[in-house]
Amino acid sequence: MAGLVDIASWICLVAGGFFSIVGTIGLNRMPDFFTRMHAASVTDTLGAGLVLLGLMLQAGWTLVMVKLVFLGLLMFFASPAAAHALAKAALARGLKPRLHEEDPSSKRS
Amino acid sequence: MIYGLSLSACLFAFWLLLSGYFEAFLVAAGAGSSVAVALFAHRMKVLDREGHPIHLSLRALTYWPWLGIEIIKSAWNVSRIILDPKLPISPTLVRFKPSQRTIVGLVTHANSITLTPGTITVEANEGEFLVHGLTKTGAQGCIDSEMDRRVTRFEGRA
Repeated sequence: MAGLVDIASWICLVAGGFFSIVGTIGLNRMPDFFTRMHAASVTDTLGAGLVLLGLMLQAGWTLVMVKLVFLGLLMFFASPAAAHALAKAALARGLKPRLHEEDPSSKRS
Repeated sequence: MIYGLSLSACLFAFWLLLSGYFEAFLVAAGAGSSVAVALFAHRMKVLDREGHPIHLSLRALTYWPWLGIEIIKSAWNVSRIILDPKLPISPTLVRFKPSQRTIVGLVTHANSITLTPGTITVEANEGEFLVHGLTKTGAQGCIDSEMDRRVTRFEGRA
């Protein structure tokens, strides 16, 4: 049983690490600020979520698990607010997103 | 009053779980500060349906798991776009009218859109959302979406 939980925990940790790396690759590949934010959101939803889940499985039913749950809730409420503030500030300061229609040469990679 | 009691109880539980010490002094200090914070919140007039929406907690139990699955699905889609050598993105801005009537409902909807990878709420006003999507289909999927209907059901009657 303990071995099974360990395996599940490691799968979560490795998958979380994988999605964090994918988000980082996306951060580099995307062409502009707004599309980069989409790539970053893979890291802080699925990446961080899976790492937290893996750590919770490691912690078992302890106070440490409760703290990890609080951490997850904090990210669940704070990260969309921060992302929204960032995007709104960028648009308000006149940063125009590259849009599909205006930009047929968006095949750049 | 019910909000004050509920907020004090939540804060006290939060204190106990974070501290993990159960000595008489520390528990009493925690109880005292929880009640004090609830009183301050009352004095600041933020202790109401909007600031402490306990009436939503039951419905959150059905909405959050659904949202979690949506987040996983769209994170997977965005990951595939990122790893695709051609980088098939078509960034699009869409404006649409959300159907929620309460502030808590609108904020929940806007946050849910931002939380799912591939879409970000850039502007959230009462009658109109401006959403930036990584792909055209993803952005247009936000208009009159399943999420919109579910959040409206989640907020209940205003």
